[in-house]
Amino acid sequence: MPVNFAPSAADYLRFLPEIIMIVAGTLIMFIEPLLGEKRKEGLSFLTVVAFLAALVAAVMANNDPGTAFSKMLIVDSFATFFRVLVIGVGILTVLCSAQYLRIEHAASAEYYALLLFSVTGQCIMAAANELIMIFIGLEISSIATYILAGYLRDDKRNNEAALKYFLLGSFATAFLLYGIAWIYGTTGSTNLTDIRTYLLTPGSQRNVTLASISAALMFVGFAFKVSAAPFQVWAPDVYQGAPAPVTLFMSAGPKAAAFAVFLRVFNTAFAPITDRWEPFVWSSALLTMIIGNFAALAQSNIKRLLAYSSIAHAGYVMVAVAAHNQVGIAAAMFYLAAYAFMNIGAFAVVTHFSRQGEKYVNVEDLAGLGWKQPVTAALFSIFLLSLIGVPLTGGFFGKFYIFKAALDAHLVWLSVLGLLNSAVAAYYYLRILVVMYMQEPGESTATLQPLGIGIRTALWASALGTLILGIFPSTLLNFARNASVLIK
Amino acid sequence: MTLLDVVIFLPLVAFLIVLVLPKDSRDAIRTFSLVSSTAIFLLSLGLIGPFWFASPGKFVFETDIPWIDSPAIHYHVAIDGISLWLVILTTLLTPICVLVSWRSVDKRVKEFFAFLLLLEFGLVGVFCALDFFLFFVFWEVSLVPMYFLIGVWGHDRRIYAAVKFFLYTMAGSALMLVAIIYLYNQAGTFDYVKILAGLQNRSIAVTYQEQFLLFLAFFIAFAIKVPLFPLHTWLPDAHVEAPTAGSVMLASVMLKMGTYGLLRFCVPMFPAAARNAAGWISVLAIIGIIYGALVAMVQPNMKKLVAYSSVSHLGFVVLGIFSFTQQGFDGAVYQMLNHGVSTGALFILVGFLYERRHSLEIAAYGGVATPAPKLSTVFMITMLASIGLPMLNNFVGEYLVLQGVSIVNFRWAVFAAIGVILSACYMLWLYQRLFFGPASDDLTHHMPDLNIREYVIIVPLIALMLWMGTFTQSFIPPISASNGVLLGPIDARRDVHVLRAPPEEPFTHASRELANAR
Repeated sequence: MPVNFAPSAADYLRFLPEIIMIVAGTLIMFIEPLLGEKRKEGLSFLTVVAFLAALVAAVMANNDPGTAFSKMLIVDSFATFFRVLVIGVGILTVLCSAQYLRIEHAASAEYYALLLFSVTGQCIMAAANELIMIFIGLEISSIATYILAGYLRDDKRNNEAALKYFLLGSFATAFLLYGIAWIYGTTGSTNLTDIRTYLLTPGSQRNVTLASISAALMFVGFAFKVSAAPFQVWAPDVYQGAPAPVTLFMSAGPKAAAFAVFLRVFNTAFAPITDRWEPFVWSSALLTMIIGNFAALAQSNIKRLLAYSSIAHAGYVMVAVAAHNQVGIAAAMFYLAAYAFMNIGAFAVVTHFSRQGEKYVNVEDLAGLGWKQPVTAALFSIFLLSLIGVPLTGGFFGKFYIFKAALDAHLVWLSVLGLLNSAVAAYYYLRILVVMYMQEPGESTATLQPLGIGIRTALWASALGTLILGIFPSTLLNFARNASVLIK
Repeated sequence: MTLLDVVIFLPLVAFLIVLVLPKDSRDAIRTFSLVSSTAIFLLSLGLIGPFWFASPGKFVFETDIPWIDSPAIHYHVAIDGISLWLVILTTLLTPICVLVSWRSVDKRVKEFFAFLLLLEFGLVGVFCALDFFLFFVFWEVSLVPMYFLIGVWGHDRRIYAAVKFFLYTMAGSALMLVAIIYLYNQAGTFDYVKILAGLQNRSIAVTYQEQFLLFLAFFIAFAIKVPLFPLHTWLPDAHVEAPTAGSVMLASVMLKMGTYGLLRFCVPMFPAAARNAAGWISVLAIIGIIYGALVAMVQPNMKKLVAYSSVSHLGFVVLGIFSFTQQGFDGAVYQMLNHGVSTGALFILVGFLYERRHSLEIAAYGGVATPAPKLSTVFMITMLASIGLPMLNNFVGEYLVLQGVSIVNFRWAVFAAIGVILSACYMLWLYQRLFFGPASDDLTHHMPDLNIREYVIIVPLIALMLWMGTFTQSFIPPISASNGVLLGPIDARRDVHVLRAPPEEPFTHASRELANAR
């Protein structure tokens, strides 16, 4: 009897979010010439609609979990969590971009299309159950992001950022691909479940070394994508050089998706050889936190400061990965969601404040913002306090949960050092608060325009998200915990 | 919902209301803050109810409802005799601080009063929380408004002071958080009462080494807050640079978060570790007492002088706690309240002087008694209270502490008593330089006597100093009862030399009665 390779309807339904976004991205590029210069604003509206449709599709897909396309994809609550997260990041990015692009006279369809494609790639990563799919998702996401980083092509810094990101990114992806090839050579499969089964089978001991080497190679690839030490060097330059809304996007979306595959691969396929990779993740986590926090102390450019802070936060998530227990996975998921809110919020303020040509991106430029635009500054303070990890914000609860996971796994010293690190981190976030509230307004704040509607919505949504995750974390936490049970 | 819940959450409600009040109606904001904080104070007096006729020693006004299901975090609050007075001290000082800031804060009025009310929320919560997670939340929440109060409304070096204050506390609390999570992983609960019981009946197994590290993690967090020598260096900066209301809340209430934590958590939960560490902690406390007094003596800045005197006074509290005696505990708690009242009043009076002359340098004054005799009188009473003159409040606390300590180690009591003598030196000398001598014309013109608002602020505090110094019985019994409960299990494992009966003394009468009853 011939095998039927035609995918079933259920397969398509499980893949619907990606289909919607690809179609919408392509459509938007088609529509653009039909719209006049004046009506380009409508593009952002269309993009948000497409994202919302994809969001609904992603949630619906979770009602019927299972694998799709010959087990290439898997839709479980873990995948749904990250799909919803990256699509949410996409929506917030669009909301923050419109004003920026208008000021830079750079609104065009390809920006939104690239954003849609990038998110599509991240959704595929979240749902991939197989190394080749992971690679494809990663590439879709990365290539779109490379272009976005250099989106303002007449700007030197944009070009530098894009080139750096592209060269180093391809190099890291090569490592990942090499690791995939190696594991295929060792186990004869690229399916995560099959690899796990192989490694669990008794008698396969002689190949554990080979599997470990491939795990190490893949670790390099993933660590690059999440900007974990010692593969974090690209992040500050790229984050600083890229357009502010793109930085906002990069620090939340691709990072969350990369952590999703990191968690999935290392907790399913490589779970049987945990003792081999755990020390590496452990040291990488510690190094990432230290480098991120201490380097951030010396920054005066706020984008660069937030870039280092984003490295430090990747370090906290790495602590959760190192804990390699279910609490750890749930903690990482929760933290990435909380981090997305607070970081997008912070970068949204930077986007709003930087103005044409990103003229005002120094910490000192924010002087007196607290009295010039109290609401913007108050929201910014919420994000900063959350990044510090002050209770009643999502950042605190996330951090608390991560270090709880680490202590569950008896990583006492890592927890102590990590929490002391977060006290160091308080210093550079406080500096922003100091400048905003304790210094007199200067020329940069005097000429500030009121918040646009899109960015205002994004700010309030992020602030609300940050506070809700800090005060009533139960719902999301329970979801994350259930999801973490499934992938094991 | 109990009265305690109302007292905890009303400041938060008031904070939110102030936030939505229009920025320009300053007087409305001031009036609203005053009315709401006074109402909270009056409500909080109702908390005395259960302690009025009997001193139960156990927790009352208990509320225990789940907040987050997993990890199981509860909103668990209650008060006993120790928390009771600290809560009332907080609610009393908040309206006083509102009045103190009535005129002296004239920029960003709305934000100032909002932060003051948020601070009250955090502080009241800290003294009531019986769930470690909740405690930590309140602990950190109180940090943020104080940071802004110092940083925005403070004096010249306010930013440095505010950041230093924040980072010191943050570093300490990071360690405490590790300890809290570690305890949770051992006990499966954040509930203080359950954990304490579990540790005492050994159903929560921790080795001595673990106990010692946990003790240390909590201890460092609290010692920074107290502050215990040599972790005190943030305090003079923060106190000096803060606006008057900030200094008052900081000295009178926030420092007590540290000593309260030591008394409530550190010592009862880890008695063996605490006992073994008591030696060097007491030595540090004594160094703090003497060093604080000596440094206070040479300060040219009067706010700094009062700040260093706090280091000295808080040393007594720590010393009392680590004596593990009923008298020491009672004295420590009483001294917390005394220090809150008298040092708070000192900061307020220094603020009055500053408002008149805009200088904190002692040298800028002299002969103030001539143009402002009433101000001089209240300053005199407050200063004498701070020195520890009998009939005034500090005497009782210091006396009890010294008595408790002398039971354990007489030599320590001798050294600590030197601190009392030194405090008389620096305070009397300060008073002499400020108030006596010839007054320059310039000073006379800028030195009106107390006005009505200032009377309303200072008279209740003066009355309290007298009341607490003479009718000690109105305050001590609930404190003694609760201390007895905390001390009980530690008592059982006492070594021989503390079993000697303490000498009969009028001020410890209540505690002895209670001890007998037990």
